Amino acid sequence: MESAAGSPGFINNILETLGRKTLGFFTEVGSVLIFFGQTLRWTFSSPFYFRNLFGQMEQIGVNSVPVVMTTALSTGMVLALQSYTGFKRFGAETLIGTVVSLSMTRELGPVLTGLMVAGRAGASMAAELGTMRVTEQIDALSTLATNPIKYLVVPRFVASTIMMFFLTVLGMIIGIIGGYFVGVKVLGTNPVTYINNSIDFAEVTDIWYGLIKALVFGAVIGLIGCYKGFNTEGGAEGVGKATTGAVVVSCMLILILDYFLSALLW
Amino acid sequence: MAMIEIINVHKGFGSHAVLRGVNLIVEKGESMTVIGGSGSGKSVLLKNIIGLLTPDKGRVIIDGQVLNDLDEFGLNEIRKKFGMLFQMAALFDSLTVWENVGFGLKQHTKMSDKEIRSVATEKLALVGLKDVEDKMPSELSGGMRKRVGLARAIAMNAEIILYDEPTTGLDPITADSINDLIVDLRKKLGVTSVAITHDMQSAYKISDRIAMLYKGEIQEIGTPDQIRSTTNPIVRQFITGSAVGPITAD
Repeated sequence: MESAAGSPGFINNILETLGRKTLGFFTEVGSVLIFFGQTLRWTFSSPFYFRNLFGQMEQIGVNSVPVVMTTALSTGMVLALQSYTGFKRFGAETLIGTVVSLSMTRELGPVLTGLMVAGRAGASMAAELGTMRVTEQIDALSTLATNPIKYLVVPRFVASTIMMFFLTVLGMIIGIIGGYFVGVKVLGTNPVTYINNSIDFAEVTDIWYGLIKALVFGAVIGLIGCYKGFNTEGGAEGVGKATTGAVVVSCMLILILDYFLSALLW
Repeated sequence: MAMIEIINVHKGFGSHAVLRGVNLIVEKGESMTVIGGSGSGKSVLLKNIIGLLTPDKGRVIIDGQVLNDLDEFGLNEIRKKFGMLFQMAALFDSLTVWENVGFGLKQHTKMSDKEIRSVATEKLALVGLKDVEDKMPSELSGGMRKRVGLARAIAMNAEIILYDEPTTGLDPITADSINDLIVDLRKKLGVTSVAITHDMQSAYKISDRIAMLYKGEIQEIGTPDQIRSTTNPIVRQFITGSAVGPITAD
């Protein structure tokens, strides 16, 4: 007797499921790209909702400052501490500054800021727009002859992109200060050597590379947060799913894009 | 003269056909109510009328203009003729009551905030509300939210008002006051109205004509008296609210 696992029906089921999932994945990617296209189209055409934009810049940017500062400070300090432990073994303690500044500008500044903003602001965008979707507020906007992408999505997308830039600058600075504090004040490294090494080995392009990443990550957070919220279905459960989805997809994309951007900007 | 013409409209989602060739004409100034059970396609029909959904087949014509042929700009121009009261009012919860009522004016006119607030106060008075301008929607009761939603629907001097289940979720007395308000507004403003509901008391009170939608098709159209005395078993069962008959509960 043929086992169930080897039967043609079983294989058909697996292939069907695989096909359905693949189709679903590409449909979703296509929908995100169409949504991105519509967002870009409305970003550059009037009317411009500056009041909404500034409100979102405060919500996404200013309100994220504490969490970004804490993360960056902790990372800079831990980085200094850990690299000191390693470098001490071959007498290279003076390079702590270089490691901290390069790591914070090229990599950790944008990535950690991105992950924090995705968790805080991306989730908030998805939950807010998701609630608006299930309570028909987005439909109400359309019936009032107002394009909901223009009114709701564009301000969040633009604010997220711009504010990620500034939050990352802040994260870089705070991380480097944290590293300096631990390296110099706690571990006793010579402050002049620390600063000289930080500056001598760093280049302006390191900062720009980090900031280009920040802009891309900001756009991703805004786009995914809004897309998930905008396409919420069902009631409270749907809003919950959209919020979780926004955070998970944004974080995954940030980590995946980080590699490709690093390879591209190397 | 026809204000709304729905011609052979089909609409489905995936393999599920919701509207299967709906034909309905609403005359200018008429009050039409579409009745039908849950899942009969009433909301989908309403969304097709205002262009929130596009028919898979068939045409929707508003005041002589075919919605299917319009681009985003044209659709928005047509939508300025409409006001819509949503089932749960769909007020913007981040805006105050007067900002909600004046939203359309803020977006589409050059009026100052002071002028918009004054229009909002006037429209709120029309729906029987005063001194609520600065409240947030979360501070209002269900009936008050519906009234604010109605004030928002008429703020731009709409020619057509759509009502999505106007009395759902309200106690019988508040529901009846909303019915009175709908009748009163129609008399005062002379607008064309389309309501969807499964509340027969409401349908009889606010309608010139009633159409019954069942399984995506219009079963019968008639005046409230004609509907009351119908011999169509499907319509008969629905209006009497009987569990016995051709319509089965989900």
